Amino acid sequence: MKDTTLVVAGMATLAAGTYAFRLSGQVLRARISFPPRVGKLLEAATVILLAALVATTALTEGHGFSGFARPAGVLVGGVLAWRKAPFLMIVIAAAATTALLRLLGVP
Amino acid sequence: MLRDIAVTCLAVFFIGLSYGAIAVASGFPLWLPAAQSVLVLAGASEFLFIGIVAAGGNPIAAALAGLLVNARHLPYGLALPDITGPEVTGRGWRQMAGTHLMNDESVVFALAQDDLPRKRAAYWACGLGVLICWPGGAVLGALIGSAVHDTGAFGLDAMFPAVILALIVPDLRTRLTLRAALAGAAIALIATPFLPAGLPVLLALVAVLLLVRSSGVTPEAGATTDTGATPEADGKSGECPVGAR
Repeated sequence: MKDTTLVVAGMATLAAGTYAFRLSGQVLRARISFPPRVGKLLEAATVILLAALVATTALTEGHGFSGFARPAGVLVGGVLAWRKAPFLMIVIAAAATTALLRLLGVP
Repeated sequence: MLRDIAVTCLAVFFIGLSYGAIAVASGFPLWLPAAQSVLVLAGASEFLFIGIVAAGGNPIAAALAGLLVNARHLPYGLALPDITGPEVTGRGWRQMAGTHLMNDESVVFALAQDDLPRKRAAYWACGLGVLICWPGGAVLGALIGSAVHDTGAFGLDAMFPAVILALIVPDLRTRLTLRAALAGAAIALIATPFLPAGLPVLLALVAVLLLVRSSGVTPEAGATTDTGATPEADGKSGECPVGAR
């Protein structure tokens, strides 16, 4: 590893900043009182964030396309979830589909 | 619920294995992924940090890139005040600890529960599980190194998105929320080739505007749910985008 001090400083920056993000949302919320409607919107905003996270982690790698195997697995998991399959089955089916497709040579 | 959390933590453990293995393979000593996995406790940003520094990037710049990825924790805290807030967990160290446990998994499990006690229980159980499994996986992965380098062969990279998706599906059954979530996902995907990591997901928040416009800003407007709620049922039963399950 190159400069240990600098790397530790980077890690500390990342750790402290991440904690600040985790804290500041709550502090803001405690200071400002929102009407219930806005509270619902904020909760919906979390669902939108998570949906975007699903889409980007399933379909992209870096700045490009992740290949077909991973999104196909996630899609199978999503369909099973929509049909109210057990959680364990959803997770295993997603991983298994992706693994199987890769075994068959799908990127 | 606990079994689902255990499955999720196991998935986190496997991703941790690959994280530790990749970190060591990139030339970092064992203590770096070990310390980082406990202190940062946010997987995607740690992968990014390791990747940028290993490629010769400045560690401070790598930290800033990681922070961009982690900025979504701010809206998480904004949306879930009852879970880590002082009125529930007490003040002082419990709130400080609860804050550190905030991550995608603990937030999504809390969100998926119906009442406050269950939300709190899910948040803490999943948060503590991740606190054990993520560093545990990272250390073990760093120790056994390249043996687990290629986790892609087992499809483990499909687990994280599948877990999150499975847990938000109940919310997506509300048509308005589904539309906004799809729009947000599309925005993030379109932006990914052009923006640094983390920003596309934040940009997806623009899709909240769909909900604001569709449901109106006054409490009485937009009672067009498919949940059958009538406007008279309570004082302000407007559109209820989340939790109508």
